[in-house]
Amino acid sequence: MSRYRVAVHIVPRRGLLDPQGKAVADALHSLGFAGVRDVRVGRHLVIDADAPEAQSAERVVRDMCAKLLANPVTEDFEIAHVEQA
Amino acid sequence: MKFGIVKFPGSNSDEDAFLAVEEVLGQEGVWLWHKDHDLRGADVIILPGGFSYGDYLRAGAIARFSPIMREVVAHADRGGPVIGICNGFQIACEAGLLPGALLRNQSLQFVSELCRVRVDNTETRFTNEYTPGQILRLPIAHGEGRYVADDATLDRLEQNGQVVFRYVNATGEVDPAHDPNGSSRGIAGIVNDRGNVLGLMPHPERAAESVVGSADGVPLFESVLAHVGV
Repeated sequence: MSRYRVAVHIVPRRGLLDPQGKAVADALHSLGFAGVRDVRVGRHLVIDADAPEAQSAERVVRDMCAKLLANPVTEDFEIAHVEQA
Repeated sequence: MKFGIVKFPGSNSDEDAFLAVEEVLGQEGVWLWHKDHDLRGADVIILPGGFSYGDYLRAGAIARFSPIMREVVAHADRGGPVIGICNGFQIACEAGLLPGALLRNQSLQFVSELCRVRVDNTETRFTNEYTPGQILRLPIAHGEGRYVADDATLDRLEQNGQVVFRYVNATGEVDPAHDPNGSSRGIAGIVNDRGNVLGLMPHPERAAESVVGSADGVPLFESVLAHVGV
């Protein structure tokens, strides 16, 4: 068993209105960042977990996302990073 | 009839629901703690409003894994009635008892107001004491009440008469200006396809006596009694 640090991004699904992202985009526009086309505000989780290898640590976190961390109706997730902790 | 009212850490409409059940309806209320493993003989389960588990992660996401929820889901699977109010609606969606999800209000603001809600289906066990198209005055108080589901689900809900309540304007029409949170198609409350689980963002239990501004929530609870002939 080794300890792995897995980072996961959870973001509102594309096509769903994300009013928080829209408010941030509007604020960026007003600051002069004219190139901003879309902002979605989500969550970033960093999970330390024991697992025999990196692949299984990632698999377990995917399972966590499916069961609890992300809502399949409204959110997408992606594993951002896996490293030995 | 026995109403079981679940207390999660962070529930805040639980006392209002208990009061409505005991003092207004004259029925028996029993408290169900979130760590309980049985429903104490309750015939009807109320998942009350509030901010269970601080709304951490997503509203209702953690409450659905409370021990009591296993019993509530089993009760619903047996056809037993469940009423999810506000945070209870969010929990019911997270638990898969109802389709869809409730997201941050379109305005990004917490809304606390008395709103107009139209009864779109009076053929349910929760609405049979209302008249079709009746417009109710019910309070809302939430930051995450924007009902969303994919178009196929919304179409199916409408075709099956599962959309029970909608936010409307003074003339009784759905209108984006009077949709307080930006819900899809003005949806304020739905039932599952079997019709035994109701979820709604407005608070009928806080509209149980005219002294607080409205008693329009009472027939909802009376409907549950009428359905079984109490």
